[in-house]
Amino acid sequence: MVKQVSVFLPNEPGVLAKFTELLENNKINIRALTVAETADYGILRIIVNNPDKCIEVLRNANYLVSETDVLAFEVEDKPGGLHRIANLMGENNINIEYLYSTLTSKTAIILMRVNDLEKASTLLKDAGIKIFSGSEIYSI
Amino acid sequence: MSKRYEYWNKEMELKNRKELDEIQNKRLRAIVKYCYDNVPFYNKKFKENNLHPDDIKTKDDIIKIPITYKQDLRDNYPFNMFAVPMKDIVRIHASSGTTGKPTVVGYTAKDIETWTELMARTIMATNVTKEDIIQNAYGYGLFTGGLGFHYGAEKIGATVIPISGGNTERQILIMQDFKSTVLTCTPSYSLYIAEYLKNLDIDVDSLSLRVGIFGAEPWSEALRSKIEDALHIDAFDIYGLSELCGPGVSIECPEKAGLHIWEDHFIPEIIDPENGEQKNMGEQGALVFTTLTKEGIPLLRYLTNDITVLNEEKCNCGRWHIRMRKVIGRADDMLIIRGINVFPSEVEYQLMKIPGVSENYQIIIDRDILDRLILKVEVTPEAFSDKVSEMEDFKKNIEQRLYSSLQIHANVELVAPGKIERSIGKAKRVIDLRTKNI
Repeated sequence: MVKQVSVFLPNEPGVLAKFTELLENNKINIRALTVAETADYGILRIIVNNPDKCIEVLRNANYLVSETDVLAFEVEDKPGGLHRIANLMGENNINIEYLYSTLTSKTAIILMRVNDLEKASTLLKDAGIKIFSGSEIYSI
Repeated sequence: MSKRYEYWNKEMELKNRKELDEIQNKRLRAIVKYCYDNVPFYNKKFKENNLHPDDIKTKDDIIKIPITYKQDLRDNYPFNMFAVPMKDIVRIHASSGTTGKPTVVGYTAKDIETWTELMARTIMATNVTKEDIIQNAYGYGLFTGGLGFHYGAEKIGATVIPISGGNTERQILIMQDFKSTVLTCTPSYSLYIAEYLKNLDIDVDSLSLRVGIFGAEPWSEALRSKIEDALHIDAFDIYGLSELCGPGVSIECPEKAGLHIWEDHFIPEIIDPENGEQKNMGEQGALVFTTLTKEGIPLLRYLTNDITVLNEEKCNCGRWHIRMRKVIGRADDMLIIRGINVFPSEVEYQLMKIPGVSENYQIIIDRDILDRLILKVEVTPEAFSDKVSEMEDFKKNIEQRLYSSLQIHANVELVAPGKIERSIGKAKRVIDLRTKNI
């Protein structure tokens, strides 16, 4: 399981810059990120090298933060790679809340938030898909 | 468990209805004559209305007297409503004057004595005694809050810390080191202090606070619960206005079932703000006061614009002094949004019932073609989710509740913590942009 840090950010100019500056000053490196935005705010979800420190730094700076467990697994970097996973989840009645990806020099990694983490994790394992642990992802 | 009730002036505070009526009738006759003889404004007004002081024999005749408006005080700015020459005035106070010129009031030495007596009763009615250390965070100065509390607190023999408003870090330091047991300020400032304590990681139980006396702005029952939970205190509502004396016009007793108006000094009435007609006991309307003992600036049937309901039943605390319900709002604060009348306090009451909504919100009213009500709500850790769908549900829940309870369409805008300006004095929770566009 991988710890994702979610942050509430107003949808205004300069907000992201202030946020990233804080991360830089605290030597926090972003491994993967996705933003869900609405007209008035965005929810930034990030995977970082040190989630506990990241949360502490953000809380001290009065950001609204939460942590969420997500699944991180490998997909084949070729057509149909993601389809296989989506299909597996759908057939087993698991709802994918959202997902995003990151690339390393060797592989494509999907980060996925689902309604049933345990079940999804077992399904992936049984299908022979490589699931990454937190420490593996934080230290990519 | 029987409750404890403290009194400063037991004899006067426990007078029964009949006794209070007798005092009021006698004092009313005297003050009417005093106004007629000493205030040119009233003399003229009586003559214009073919009215003579002898026409006012009892409280039943009070409706013959024309209403006095805040505008009358403005028209007579600064000192023309005073009944005594300046040499007899020992103190001047003035309202903040957020709308137009300030309203100016003058006190004779006896007025200050009366006010002090009323504040002594008021403070003790909340079971605060000479054993207490009162941190008085109401502003000292032209505003009546600071000095009003100060004199009353000294009178009962309590220890007063005249810290005045603002400088929250210092407030907290004093609160810790001087072991203040009572906090007096606006309700919004008490919440500001509570938030500050939280940010500093100070456990409220490490403080000695036990009572808060909050006023100078209308606040809902739901906000009372928030304050009591945040500061672990017993919170009381106090009411007053500088035109009558300042704080000390009315106060909640431990029953918290309305605020007792000190009837040996004021006659309250409820009128219909639309046509000025007196309403019956128990009906909602605008609060009107006649001062019975003031020398500096006596006022007959002064319209406060505060909307409330009166109750003349005897209270469990033993007092017959009439109770006014917690002020619902001001007649001039009432918002009319697409033809629907709403008091900001009603919006607040609904909001505070929704989990995850904090007291940090702001109502903004604008108009493009129709009126638009935008409600800015700070997101709390409780309401925050990594899922947009949940955040949007939170928003919709607020919108739906406001619609189902108050029939108003609000657009909720979620904002980051700390984004809504915190107030040290009166909270500015409503911004009406429509007036500028007309």
